Amino acid sequence: MTAELLARWQFAFTVSFHIIFPAFSIGLASYLAVLNALWLGTKDETYLTLFNHWKKIFAVAFGMGVVSGIVMSYQFGTNWSVFSDKAGPVIGPLMGYEVLTAFFLEAGFLGIMLFGRKRVGDGLHMVATAMVAIGTLISATWILSVNSWMQTPAGFSIAPNGQFIPEDWWAIVFNPSFPYRLVHMVLAAYLTTALVVGAASAWHLLKDRRAFRENPATRRAFAMAMGMLIVVAPLQIIAGDEHGLNTLEHQPAKIAAMEGHFTAHAPGEGVPLLLFGIPDQANQKMDYAIGIPHLGSLILTHSWDGQIPALSDFPIADQPPVWIVFWSFRVMVALGFAMLGLGIWALFARLRGALFDAPWLHRAAVMMGPAGFIAVLAGWITTEVGRQPWTVYGHLRTAESHSPLEFSAVATSLTAFVLVYFFVFGAGTFYLMRMMSKSPGTPRLGLRDGPIRTAGIAPGVAEDPMKRED
Amino acid sequence: MFGFELSFLWAGIIAFAVLTYVVLDGFDLGIGILFPAAKTEGERDVMMNSVAPIWDGNETWLVLGGGGLFAVFPLAYAIVMPALYAPIVAMLLALIFRGVAFEYRWRTARWKRVWDWGFFGGSFVAALCQGIALGALVQGIAVEDRAYAGGNWDWLTPFSLLTGSAVVIGYALLGATWLNLKLTGRIQAHMRQLALPLGAATLVFLILVSVFTPMQDPIYWERWFTLPSALFSYAVPALVLAAAYGLWTGLRHGKDLRPFLCAQALFVLAFIGIGISFYPMMVPPELTIAQAAAPDSSLKFALVGTLFLVPIILAYTAYAYWVFRGKIDPDEGYH
Ligand code: HDD
Ligand code: HEM
Ligand code: HEM
Repeated sequence: MTAELLARWQFAFTVSFHIIFPAFSIGLASYLAVLNALWLGTKDETYLTLFNHWKKIFAVAFGMGVVSGIVMSYQFGTNWSVFSDKAGPVIGPLMGYEVLTAFFLEAGFLGIMLFGRKRVGDGLHMVATAMVAIGTLISATWILSVNSWMQTPAGFSIAPNGQFIPEDWWAIVFNPSFPYRLVHMVLAAYLTTALVVGAASAWHLLKDRRAFRENPATRRAFAMAMGMLIVVAPLQIIAGDEHGLNTLEHQPAKIAAMEGHFTAHAPGEGVPLLLFGIPDQANQKMDYAIGIPHLGSLILTHSWDGQIPALSDFPIADQPPVWIVFWSFRVMVALGFAMLGLGIWALFARLRGALFDAPWLHRAAVMMGPAGFIAVLAGWITTEVGRQPWTVYGHLRTAESHSPLEFSAVATSLTAFVLVYFFVFGAGTFYLMRMMSKSPGTPRLGLRDGPIRTAGIAPGVAEDPMKRED
Repeated sequence: MFGFELSFLWAGIIAFAVLTYVVLDGFDLGIGILFPAAKTEGERDVMMNSVAPIWDGNETWLVLGGGGLFAVFPLAYAIVMPALYAPIVAMLLALIFRGVAFEYRWRTARWKRVWDWGFFGGSFVAALCQGIALGALVQGIAVEDRAYAGGNWDWLTPFSLLTGSAVVIGYALLGATWLNLKLTGRIQAHMRQLALPLGAATLVFLILVSVFTPMQDPIYWERWFTLPSALFSYAVPALVLAAAYGLWTGLRHGKDLRPFLCAQALFVLAFIGIGISFYPMMVPPELTIAQAAAPDSSLKFALVGTLFLVPIILAYTAYAYWVFRGKIDPDEGYH
């Protein structure tokens, strides 16, 4: 156990927590902007009820994203100082632009979006809501450009002191894997949000059904979420496939690890698509492999017996840990297809006019609620573990990137992060779940009891789902 | 030649970002530090509501300070962060507690007190760590071969503890004057009362820090006590006295805005004082601004957008403050 290993765990731990919130808030910010626009356009109160309901959930999730994100922006320096010194000239300005174009925009208009409708009027409030949504998308754009540059570096030279010197900013920002990664991540965020909204609404549909009571806002939300799913899930699968082809071109060792492809096959044999197997990296082979012959070739080379590089083409020191990459990739893909399956199911239910009358569909939607988060994490683990042992692919090794810190310092900080994150974000997740378990339109959302609000809404007027409260 | 000017321009921009952070988030953290002074839950509610719509924007300047350093002075960033590892990590964890408190305390009845304490503790520790980090930077950081060369605990000295306490007290003063500006009734009177001793304590700390700073490094000594640069440096203490007088009379006459502005002026002046000591160092005692700077291509690329974007940011930030201007109405439904 070394300080370097602990620093890697700390980074992986904190960034994994962080991504969970953006994955939700990117999607939810856009959803809120759409809901508000629909309310202004149609004056249909259902949309306003939904807006006010999800707005409060958004505020909590967004807050958690902000505080976990601030940790990230300092962690490059605290734990990866050699990396920061060398790669800073290239990725630093990109992250600086993320602050200037995205974080300020989000933060500046968030207050008006949450608290300001009465003060600025509907029009400016709509502008603020849109700004927050656009801000989250701009943020994703920059940070994914940064991450992609580390995966597929371009447009730089290396100075004698070891620093990466930017030569061509266009090539840096639009590095080869960036467009694929951006599209894939934004779609992932939309899917994640659709699944959460869908699960919460399905849960209420099941409850309302038992109580012989209906909330039109819940129905509307469920229909919107399922509609989103059937549009975005197939797009995500296409985008993922394209992304994989791009990775094959630039990071073939990663693809070989994702496929569990240790040794090249004889010409003409083609690469199978492994469904199952236990990688044995020490002996460079796959145990208990179950695969579909030729399908790997078909997907990755679009030909019957095309070959792809195998892990044996790379020295073991340059191979990523196969076990993690192989299995995290399968988790992501399996969930992607499960999402598509749910979307298709809901589509058929809708065509039969039974979208709100299908308890098994609703149960399945509840089950799939967390699927987006799991897929996002699995996807990132594939991406990040798959590029090991490099932090800047092909140029700077992870083992050469970390800070000159003592073991005890990193061990203490890692322990503190684990304790604080589980405590704080555990509580936050609980509050989010409790808020989502209330029907849209419930006043004083998420509070357990007691007239503890000094604010305007008097207790007792309650239980009218159509009530306008903001 | 051109490169040097660029890096100095950038040092100015980073200094501006840090100063803006202190001006905007100082009172924000100060409110948390003053949280135990509230008598009732209602008072805590209005205290927090006075910054609920703007705190996130305030804190973003901290991200810009860190991110900006990473972008244009990556070497300084790579040296300072490991050197200040413990206070930085503690500050980040503290900011988590106070950041989530804004939403969490409205989402639970039973645990509301827990998040009240989180808001206080988080604000307090964050302020303390910022002050300690400042002190540790002023007293100097050991550098060897482009990396931090000291140990885990180099940052911990009597001087850094002094600057840490100074920042806690100073932020509390900013918070008290902000609340005097935004609130009404008992809590406003209470804050105005607190602002007097806090102001006095801030002055004492300012003097102590000013006395001990020149002892940290002979260069600082030279800056402050040799002519002609010293003449310029004496303007700062004179203005400090003027601001302190304004603060005092403002509080005495029950003014709303003047004490807040004068307290802010104290901070701006202290910041300028530190700047006079520092220049042209980036990480004392060895690393200069020019040495720490990123290559020209990075400085130029970042500069174009920054010069264009910062005024826009300042404009919509001002707009957000304008929208939520005036005294806090305790009956307005913020949550
Ligand atoms: C694809 C999306 C995505 C990814 C991969 C990351 N982030 Fe993030 N981040 C966001 C999308 C986002 C966001 C949706 O834009 C957030 C969520 C809440 C917010 O304020 O913006 C955010 C918040 C956020 C904040 C707080 C901003 C504020 O104060 O308003 C910081 C400092 C960072 N992030 C920094 C990082 C770093 C250093 C990352 C890499 C390790 C990172 N983020 C990965
Ligand atoms: C947000 C979702 C992300 C997740 C869940 C994630 C996950 C991970 C994991 C699991 C590792 C450890 C790999 C290993 O040690 O084998 C890692 C490494 C790393 N990631 Fe990410 N990552 C994410 C995004 C990013 C982004 C956006 C960046 C850059 C801007 C980034 C920068 C790094 C760096 C520098 C390392 C190397 C340090 C290390 O190996 O631990 N990551 N990440
Ligand atoms: C069957 C469908 C899918 C395929 C074929 C696919 C393919 C891929 C591939 C090849 C990568 C690795 C990229 C690299 O090596 O750099 C990846 C990463 C990733 N996937 Fe997927 N994916 C699918 C579904 C999903 C779903 C449903 C989600 C989330 C809702 C998701 C989220 C992610 C994320 C967040 C990453 C890491 C970020 C990135 O590199 O873009 N994927 N995916």
